[in-house]
Amino acid sequence: MRIDVNAFLGAYPYRRVPGTAPDRLVEALARVDIDEAWVSHLPSLFWRQPMEGNAWLYDTVARERRLRPVPAVHPGLAGWAATLAEAADHGAPAVRCDPSYYGLDPAGPEVRGLAAACGAARLPLMMAVRLEDGRQRHPNDRAGELPASAVRALIRSDAAVRLLITHVDRAFIEEVHFGSTPEEAARIWWDICWIWGPPEDHLETLVETVGVERFVFGTGQPLRIPENAVAKLDLLDLGAARRAAIESENARTGLRR
Amino acid sequence: MLIDVHAHFYHDRTPRADWRERNASRLAAGERIGVTHHVASILGSWGLRSPIYFPSPRDLEYGNDALLALQRQHPDRVRGYVTVNPNYTTHACAEIARCLGAGMVGIKLAASRRATDRLLDPICELARQRGVPVLHHVWQHRRRDWPGQEASDGAELVALAARHPDVRFILAHIGGGGDWQHSLAALRTTANVCVDLSGSGVDGGMLEACLEAAGVERLLWGTDLTMDTGWAKLRYLAHLLTPAQLELVKWKNAARIFPRGAFPAD
Repeated sequence: MRIDVNAFLGAYPYRRVPGTAPDRLVEALARVDIDEAWVSHLPSLFWRQPMEGNAWLYDTVARERRLRPVPAVHPGLAGWAATLAEAADHGAPAVRCDPSYYGLDPAGPEVRGLAAACGAARLPLMMAVRLEDGRQRHPNDRAGELPASAVRALIRSDAAVRLLITHVDRAFIEEVHFGSTPEEAARIWWDICWIWGPPEDHLETLVETVGVERFVFGTGQPLRIPENAVAKLDLLDLGAARRAAIESENARTGLRR
Repeated sequence: MLIDVHAHFYHDRTPRADWRERNASRLAAGERIGVTHHVASILGSWGLRSPIYFPSPRDLEYGNDALLALQRQHPDRVRGYVTVNPNYTTHACAEIARCLGAGMVGIKLAASRRATDRLLDPICELARQRGVPVLHHVWQHRRRDWPGQEASDGAELVALAARHPDVRFILAHIGGGGDWQHSLAALRTTANVCVDLSGSGVDGGMLEACLEAAGVERLLWGTDLTMDTGWAKLRYLAHLLTPAQLELVKWKNAARIFPRGAFPAD
């Protein structure tokens, strides 16, 4: 069983990306043996009203058994609480918020309010540190990256909130994990798509220092080729149980409880 | 065969206390991936005693010697680029002669001087005479000066390649950060520039764009600092290419541009 917690549907505004249509994503899942993908609607991440992409997302995933919706919630706009309730009704495994793209303070009162509501609704809150390497972003793509300080602030802001942080590197993870209490750190999951493998061996190090239970399989596809997440697991000597924890079990039992 | 045209190793006089582990990790991961040859460079002291991209002659010699030692230690697996700093022309030319004479197979130019600078000409002339490729560090679309390096971008490398049409250039790490579309647009018609696919970037659409811009015969497989991304690109290419085309990217294109005899099966 392999669950990709970090996938997208729809066009990216800053460059041509192949494979953004639902049928093409499903083809990619088959190509790399992914059984289930948690998908976000990529275009609406850049809209003023990101929640308007959720209807299309629900409709699309309803037609494909491998896909699970991760709807967007903009906590600065009216109606966001209803959107959160709707997410639960649709069986969403998580909701996402991209505050810097929305023009919100990532640790400000709106996002803290969303974090608390997600905790109450028992829905993980997904946040991306970045979508692309900062060195290659389009000149007009100026939204800031999610700072580690915001993640520390959010996990401390509500005792029930659970965070799923994607597109994150080793230094960020270490800063947040060791800057949190064990109880706080146990409510954060990290996707592996941006963590380096050998010869730097960042993922191997983190699995030992932070713990295998904190990591989930994510690809960032189709902005990134999904083969990468599989390759970095294939380069680890994890053993079947620990590999399964990253590939599916942490998402199934930790995040979707 | 699988040739990694962009590898690095470390040695005891670098800031890395874990240099042995990193070298061992590269070789071990290479075995798992199926890398038969790591074509590597060492950038001086990697910043310990002179800057990574502006290495001193003394550090260059030490790094090149360390790489020669690795090549002797792993004669079946490790090949070397001689790394030079064009600001020290006499030293650079002597170091090229010394290291190629000792069995290295290419020249590495990092970011000590812009690719458009005339100081690179004597180095490129030596590359022509010795029939070795030049692997040139490239910042994919440099929009400003970055601290710590005098980086070149694809358009500047293409200008160098135009001045030296008989030299084979390798544009480093197309996935190594920056706007790779800028580089691909620049090199499209420059036949003596090949694209090294290494780098941590695994952007969807990047490999298709490389194929479209340079053609399969100008693509070289490599890893740089992240071997997982290299393996991922190889796996993805297996779906894009025919088996015969994949062999070109895996090793045949490299065997064509490196000196005859650099690899056992060419």
